[in-house]
Amino acid sequence: MLKYSLRRILGMIPMLFLISIVVFSLAKLMPGDALGGEIDPLNTDPEYIEEMREKLGYNDPIVVQYFDWVTGFVQGDFGQSVKYKMDVSDLILEKLPNTIFLGMMSLLITYVLALIMGIYAGRKPYTVGDHLIGGLNYLGLAIPSFVAAIFAIYFFSFQLNWFPSNGSVDIMVQEGTLDYWLSRLHHVILPAIVLGALSTASYTQFLRNDIIDNSRRDFVRTARAKGTSRSKIYNVHILRNSIIPLVTFLGFDIVSIIGGAVITETIFTYPGIGQLFVNSVSSRDYSVVMAITMMFSCLVLVGNLIADILYGIVDPRIRLD
Amino acid sequence: MSQQEKDLLQVKNLKTGFYIEGELHHAVADVSFEVKPKEVVCIVGESGCGKSVMSLSIMQLLPELISKISDGQIFFEGEDLVQKNDREMNKIRGKEIGMIFQEPMTALNPVFTIGYQLQEVLFNHTTMSKKEARERSIELMKEVGISRPEKIIDEYPHQLSGGMRQRVMIAMAIALHPKLLIADEPTTALDVTVQAQILELLKDIQDKEDMAIMLITHDLGVVAEVADKVVVMYAGQVVEDAEVNELFANPKHPYTTSLLGSIPKMDQEQDRLNTIGGIVPSLENMPHVGCRFADRCPMAFEDCKKVTPQLASVNGQHQARCLLNKECYPADHPEHKEAISQ
Ligand SMILES: Nc1ncnc2c1ncn2[C@@H]1O[C@H](COP(=O)(O)OP(=O)(O)OP(=O)(O)O)[C@@H](O)[C@H]1O
Ligand SMILES: [Mg+2]
Repeated sequence: MLKYSLRRILGMIPMLFLISIVVFSLAKLMPGDALGGEIDPLNTDPEYIEEMREKLGYNDPIVVQYFDWVTGFVQGDFGQSVKYKMDVSDLILEKLPNTIFLGMMSLLITYVLALIMGIYAGRKPYTVGDHLIGGLNYLGLAIPSFVAAIFAIYFFSFQLNWFPSNGSVDIMVQEGTLDYWLSRLHHVILPAIVLGALSTASYTQFLRNDIIDNSRRDFVRTARAKGTSRSKIYNVHILRNSIIPLVTFLGFDIVSIIGGAVITETIFTYPGIGQLFVNSVSSRDYSVVMAITMMFSCLVLVGNLIADILYGIVDPRIRLD
Repeated sequence: MSQQEKDLLQVKNLKTGFYIEGELHHAVADVSFEVKPKEVVCIVGESGCGKSVMSLSIMQLLPELISKISDGQIFFEGEDLVQKNDREMNKIRGKEIGMIFQEPMTALNPVFTIGYQLQEVLFNHTTMSKKEARERSIELMKEVGISRPEKIIDEYPHQLSGGMRQRVMIAMAIALHPKLLIADEPTTALDVTVQAQILELLKDIQDKEDMAIMLITHDLGVVAEVADKVVVMYAGQVVEDAEVNELFANPKHPYTTSLLGSIPKMDQEQDRLNTIGGIVPSLENMPHVGCRFADRCPMAFEDCKKVTPQLASVNGQHQARCLLNKECYPADHPEHKEAISQ
C-alpha cells in the first residue's frame, strides 16, 4: 500500500506540472494585474508605475516569470498578496482551518443523514417511509444550494434568530475557551447543513438502491439458510457490502466540498478559502488565485488517491500493488 | 407412533405460487412426498418444473412479497413448518435442516472471510467461544476435504475455486449435524471431475453423519448411484414416486420413461441424446384440466386432455400420476371404480 501510494504520488508530478502551466497562462491572460487594482489614484506617475512593474518582475519574459513562480511555489513561497500585503501562504493558512472545519461538519451531516435515511429506505422499500424519504431527497436535489442558503439565512437567522448569518466565530469570546468552540460550532452549523444537504440526496438514494440490490443476492439466502436473523443480515451482511461504494465517494467528496464551499462561504460571509478565492478574483490578486487553484488541483489528485486507497481497504477483492 | 413422526419430512399437498401481474400462479401445484430418517431421496425433473421453489418452501426462504405458500403442510419431525414464523424457522435453519445451493460462486458473501461465514452458523445456534468455533471450523473444513484449512479459514471467497466454495458450503450445512440436508443441484455449476468428488463427499458424509439427504438433480446417473427413493416432478407436480430400483425397472409414467431414455449410454455410440420434444408450459399457460404432460406425451390418448389424473399408488409404495394406470382416474370416474373392484 505504501509503495502503491508513493508510485501514485510520483505519477502526479507531471500532471501538476501541466496544471501549473494552465493556471499560470490563465492568470496572465486575464485583463489587468494586481498593481492596477491597488494603485493609488493620487500617484499615477508613469515613471513610478514603470518602476514598480520592473520591481515586481512584470516586464520579464513570460517564461522567466513562469519559472520564478514555479521555483518559489515548490519551495513553499507562494508570493505576496498585493491586496492583503502579506505572504499568500500565511493568508491561506489563516483561512484554511475554517474551511476544513466547515467541510468536516458538512461531511458528517451528509453521511449521518444518508446512512440513517438510506438504511431505513433500503430495508423497507416501497413503504410510506421510503416514499417520504424519496420525496424529500428529490426536493433536496431540485433546490440549488444558493437558494437553500439564502432561504436558510432568511428563515433561521433573521426570522427565528437561531443561528448567526455570517462570520466563523463571535469576536467577543476569548480564543481557546469552551465558549469559543461553541461559538464556532454555532456559526458553522447553518452553512454546514446547506453544504452537507447537497450530496445527502444522491447518497441516500444510492445506498437505498444498493441495499435493495444486495438483499436479493444469493449470499443473503445462504445466510438465512444458516439461521441468521433478519436484522443481522441487514446490519452486517448487506451493509458491509453496500458501504463499499459509499466509502470510496469520500475521496471525491473532499473535492466537491471545497468546490461547494466557494458558493456557501460567500453567501454566509464565512471567512474560509472559498471566500478568499472569490475576493481575490474580483480584486485581481493573482498570486492568491494561482495558489488556491493549484491547491484545488492537488486536492483533486489526492482525493482520487484517497478514494482508491479506501477502496483497497474496505473491499477485500481489491488489491493495491 | 403416527406416520408424521416416523417420517422425518412429510410434504403434503404443497402449493406455492408467485404473483404475476397481481395473480397467483402456482410453480408448485400439489406436491406430496416423504423423507424417512437417513434416507437419500432424489428429486428429478426438467428445468423449471418447480424443484427449487419446492425446496425453498421447505426452508421458508422464498422471496418475500412476490411469493406465497397458499396450501398444504410441511411436517418436519411432526411439526408443520408452514405455520412457523421467521424466528421459529431460524432455530431450524442451519441446525435441523442444512441447505446447499447450485451456485457456489455467488452463495458466499464476498466481503467476509471463509472462517467468519463458517463460524456464523455455530454462533447462531450454540454458545461456543471464538476459539472453540475456530477450532471446530478447521475441523469441519478437514472433514469436507479442504487441504490447508488453517490458511483457507482467513481467506476470502474469491480466492477459492468453485469446488472449494461448494465444500465450504457443505461444511456450513453439516456443521451442526442436521437431520436433513437439502442439496439443490450442488454439482451442476462445477467441472465434471469436481462434480464426482463433491458427490463422493456427500455420500461419505451421509454414511458418517447418518442424516437424510434430499438431493435435487438433473442427472439420472447420479440418481442411480446414490438414491434410495426417487420423486419425479413435472410442471409443479409429483408425477411419480418410487424406490430407486423399482423406478428404473418399471416406470409407470411416460415422462419418467422419456427421462430414463435420455441418459447418455457410455457403451453406445449415440449421435444425440434422446430428449423429450417440447418444453415445460410456463406458469401462466398451465392447463387447468387434464394431464400437464399430455401435449408432449408420446402415449397420450383421448382422456388425457379431459380427465385430470390423480397421484395414486400403482404398486405398493410406487405412486404415479398417469391415466395409463386406471388407479389414477379421479375417485368418481367409472374407470377408477373398475380398477378398485378388480
Ligand atoms: N422469483 C420468481 N418469480 C417468478 N417466478 C419464479 C420465480 N422463481 C421461480 N419462478 C418460476 O417457478 C417455476 C419453477 O422454478 P424452479 O426454479 O423451481 O425450477 P427448477 O425445477 O428448480 O429448475 P432448474 O432445474 O432450472 O433449477 C418456473 O416456471 C419459474 O419461472
Ligand atoms: Mg432449481
